[in-house]
Amino acid sequence: MNRIAVLRAIGLLSAAMALCGTGAAMAADVASSSGAAYQVAIQNFAFAPKTLTVPVGTRITWTNRDEEPHVVVSAGALFTSSKALDSGDTYTVTFSKPGTYAYYCSIHPMMVGTIIVQ
Amino acid sequence: MQDIHDEAAGGRRQFLKCMAWAGAGTLWLMKSGVLHAQPLDGSHVGKDAAFSFVQISDSHIGFHKAPNPDVVGTLRRSLAMIAAEPTRPAFVLHTGDLTHLSKPEEFDTLAGLIQEARLGRTFFVPGEHDVIGDNGAEFFRRFGERQQAGGWYSFDQNGVHFVGLINVLNLHAGGLGSLGTEQLAWLKKDLAGLSAETPVVVFAHMPLWPLYPQWGWGTDDSAEALGYLRRFGSVTVLNGHIHQIQQKVEGNMTFYTARSTAYPQPAPGDGPGPGPLQSVSAQALHRYLGIRDVRHVRIGRALAITDEVLA
Repeated sequence: MNRIAVLRAIGLLSAAMALCGTGAAMAADVASSSGAAYQVAIQNFAFAPKTLTVPVGTRITWTNRDEEPHVVVSAGALFTSSKALDSGDTYTVTFSKPGTYAYYCSIHPMMVGTIIVQ
Repeated sequence: MQDIHDEAAGGRRQFLKCMAWAGAGTLWLMKSGVLHAQPLDGSHVGKDAAFSFVQISDSHIGFHKAPNPDVVGTLRRSLAMIAAEPTRPAFVLHTGDLTHLSKPEEFDTLAGLIQEARLGRTFFVPGEHDVIGDNGAEFFRRFGERQQAGGWYSFDQNGVHFVGLINVLNLHAGGLGSLGTEQLAWLKKDLAGLSAETPVVVFAHMPLWPLYPQWGWGTDDSAEALGYLRRFGSVTVLNGHIHQIQQKVEGNMTFYTARSTAYPQPAPGDGPGPGPLQSVSAQALHRYLGIRDVRHVRIGRALAITDEVLA
């Protein structure tokens, strides 16, 4: 319980630091264990935001807000693909290495997005 | 251009006429090597037709929201209408999206409904909703023709050559539907031995023409496939995917997309994106599907486009 509480505290701290724009180096270090969190909406057959730049260790959660299923697939299989996301379903990936991660929806391939991890 | 049923004036007869469209299929009659479409309402007796077959599409078993919480019911009604046809169709063609999420239980339900309807011969091609997570392994195991490793196939009926193509696999980021080089090579070979007088019917899930690429309604390498078909005197291309009727004639080729047995989608470019037309209430769904709606679709230069309703 203490450990969880500590992790939560670190998470809050790092999030607060990221928001304040201070302690970037420390935030990056801490992020590898706790991570910042970002959201990508899947809406009207598009990813929003289409391009997202995040620090290493960030957890990104896609939420399907369409009445149509979608699948999040990495171009080049750099991260694990989601299952079919029905309406309201979410999928989360933690990005632990810097890089540019292009992805698309395998059943509506005109839907494309990019995660840039720095 | 729209031909909308007058809802206020609609009596029982009008309602029944519209019901005929509700989640229904299309009856195709082959006459002198040319296909003619008829609504599946039991009114047509195809005495002068060589044979007929029925196309149904986009059943989306597993979908359970507005505007159709009962896709099993609407498919069952469509199948009952096929069974009630005065002349038994040679076969029934399902142009994909049998299921909504490729789940085994969804395939089970679909297979059960087809079996229960005792339709005789059935042919299927997968939609992108049927190949999620396993590249179509479950679909092909249950509904595949097992002619080619890739799942595509051809057969002949009364002198007409039918070709079933797969354009929902190996899709590329930013792209549309895809046939792929292996399938195209097979198609070229499959057609090579046929005389130009042979009527050809090609079917696949996604439109084999750039119907509305902004919404993914097209197939990246369809032009090459159509190139192989151009020498034939009568070519009919049947697709699903867009849940509405769109028709186009280009030379000797007629392109046709079918309605869904489950729910309508917006007309090309109408609104922010494709997807179920939720504004249609469940009670009005059948009436809505009764709307006869033919639109011009302009692709680059002006093409000859038929502007006839199929009712």
